Amino acid sequence: MRRAWLLGAALVAIPTLTSCNGDSAANAEPVRRYALGRTASADEITKWDIAVGPDGANLPPGSGTVDAGAALFKAQCANCHGANGEGIAPAYPALIGRDPKGENFVFDTDFKITRTIGNYWPYATTVFDYVRRAMPHTQPGSLSNDDVYALTAFLLAANQVIPMNSTLDAAALRKVKMPYVDRFVRDDRRGGHEVR
Amino acid sequence: MDDSEHESSDGETIPREAISRRDLIAGAAGAVGGAVLAGLPSLAGGQQGPAKVVKAAATAAPAAAPVSPYPPIPDDPTKILGTPTAPVGARSRFVVAVRNPTGQVTGTSLTPLQDLTGTITPADLHFERHHGGIPQIDPARHSLMIHGLVDRPLIFSVAEIKRFPQVTRVHFIECSGNGRSSFRDTKPEQTPQQVAGMTSNSEWTGVPLKVLFNEAGIKPQAKWFLAEGSDAAVMTRSIPIEKAYDDAMIVWAQNGEPLQPAQGYPLRLLLPGFEGNSNVKWLRRLELGTQPWMTRWETSKYTDPLPDGKARIFSFEIDAKSVITSPTFPAAITKGWWPVSGLAWSGRGKITRVEVSTDNGSSWTDATLHGPALKKAHVRFTHMWEWDGRETTLMSRATDETGYVQPTRATLVKVRGIGTDYHFNPIYGWTVKADGHVFFHGET
Repeated sequence: MRRAWLLGAALVAIPTLTSCNGDSAANAEPVRRYALGRTASADEITKWDIAVGPDGANLPPGSGTVDAGAALFKAQCANCHGANGEGIAPAYPALIGRDPKGENFVFDTDFKITRTIGNYWPYATTVFDYVRRAMPHTQPGSLSNDDVYALTAFLLAANQVIPMNSTLDAAALRKVKMPYVDRFVRDDRRGGHEVR
Repeated sequence: MDDSEHESSDGETIPREAISRRDLIAGAAGAVGGAVLAGLPSLAGGQQGPAKVVKAAATAAPAAAPVSPYPPIPDDPTKILGTPTAPVGARSRFVVAVRNPTGQVTGTSLTPLQDLTGTITPADLHFERHHGGIPQIDPARHSLMIHGLVDRPLIFSVAEIKRFPQVTRVHFIECSGNGRSSFRDTKPEQTPQQVAGMTSNSEWTGVPLKVLFNEAGIKPQAKWFLAEGSDAAVMTRSIPIEKAYDDAMIVWAQNGEPLQPAQGYPLRLLLPGFEGNSNVKWLRRLELGTQPWMTRWETSKYTDPLPDGKARIFSFEIDAKSVITSPTFPAAITKGWWPVSGLAWSGRGKITRVEVSTDNGSSWTDATLHGPALKKAHVRFTHMWEWDGRETTLMSRATDETGYVQPTRATLVKVRGIGTDYHFNPIYGWTVKADGHVFFHGET
């Protein structure tokens, strides 16, 4: 009870201390709008807003097959990531592989176990989002949406997440559940006396 | 190719066959620049550190005698006129403080902690971590967009960002991959730069993010925001909205001048105490949403494998940590008095205590903390120590205002596993051999 009261008092005291700090003019300023900036148009937002959510939000139109993705991988990705997506250590990560040692998510036991899309990544939409925004490494943003769907399909199929005869579009991709999504837990470190 | 990646924090190299034509052009330009600098004494001398000049001369033209970029040193400097003023100052020719490794488009360069004193890291020695190189950005053509769950989607120019109320604060930025290689391989021949050089501390100036959010009007259902950079990786991280109303800033200046390109020029997100990767550089877009976007950098990378088949996600805060920066490998000391000096920091607030052990952890003494210990900032500590010539191991141990005490490596291995991938903050030791040579001691 007493602890709770002390905690409450501390929380109340924080704004006072901050505003007296002297280093934070902005905190001392009244909350107001400064009428700076201009309205972002719908076109401007659409042009930059390429982020895809884990529920498939904002996935664009288009589609691609595993076969098309395999051909694209050979042409655009294998140079860095290896013909079989095995990576070129240490610079270019492995993308494909279900090393038996890596199953059951025992990555705490050995940092040499390779983490790949199939044995680690929690969301399939991340593959699409990342390939579209940042790949190929030397020509980022150069792939069409169909290309990105095809590469995503290939990478997921090669990692035994979806069948080899799959075609991915927005509806299909948002339904893909990654094998180890349930292994990810929110941060429980809070400082204090316990090391976590 | 992430600092997340295992070896990359200590000298990853890009395979030759994978280097693009664009990389080759950039590399050739760099080589030409080095040769020119090595051969232009009066112009280049003032601006180039000695290590760079030596390196350029050694690689560009081994047969030709290198021309010193510096004037000769007289026997008595009071009997000869000195050199004139220069547009930009330079370090003494006797000071070698350089980041390492360098030349990586996607990779890291680490701060030479052993060569620095006080708490502020010179901006040109701040550690670097890039995911697609350093973008070249004209500030007149750069803007910051805020959209998503807002009342008013807005675009600000850089000049407009600078018209908002501003704050100036000192904070560290540490990559949460800092210390990975020395955690996994405790070999004795490692410097503080190699052990812990992915942390740096600066005075940052910018606008509190909550001021910009107030300008746009954040809808109540917004719980997370996405920060996106305008580099070749279009780097993105999802951040809980509470951080915006706590102490997040959009910064444009570092240590009294505009951000360096490697640190996000012209605009960078600063999240005090949060892992470096979330402090998105070259910031161009903030989107408000109801849930995290689960980007590559917060799922595939920057997640921490734990025992019991789990991995921690959104592990933003940096745990309290300290490292002795002197005496350290490869120094050698003699008998007598020495200051044991180092840095301590915590992502959860102020450092309240740093203890030093000079007997391999058997006994601990409070070190002196210099200056006010600021929240989420490096603080310098020293402890005067008289060495008697016998082999021993020096250690430091930080405590922050939450009561958290920096653990041993053995404790971290026990609670997280040897394969965990981020947030390495073990107690570090430095063994002084009987001959005075100092070596890293990581098995704490």
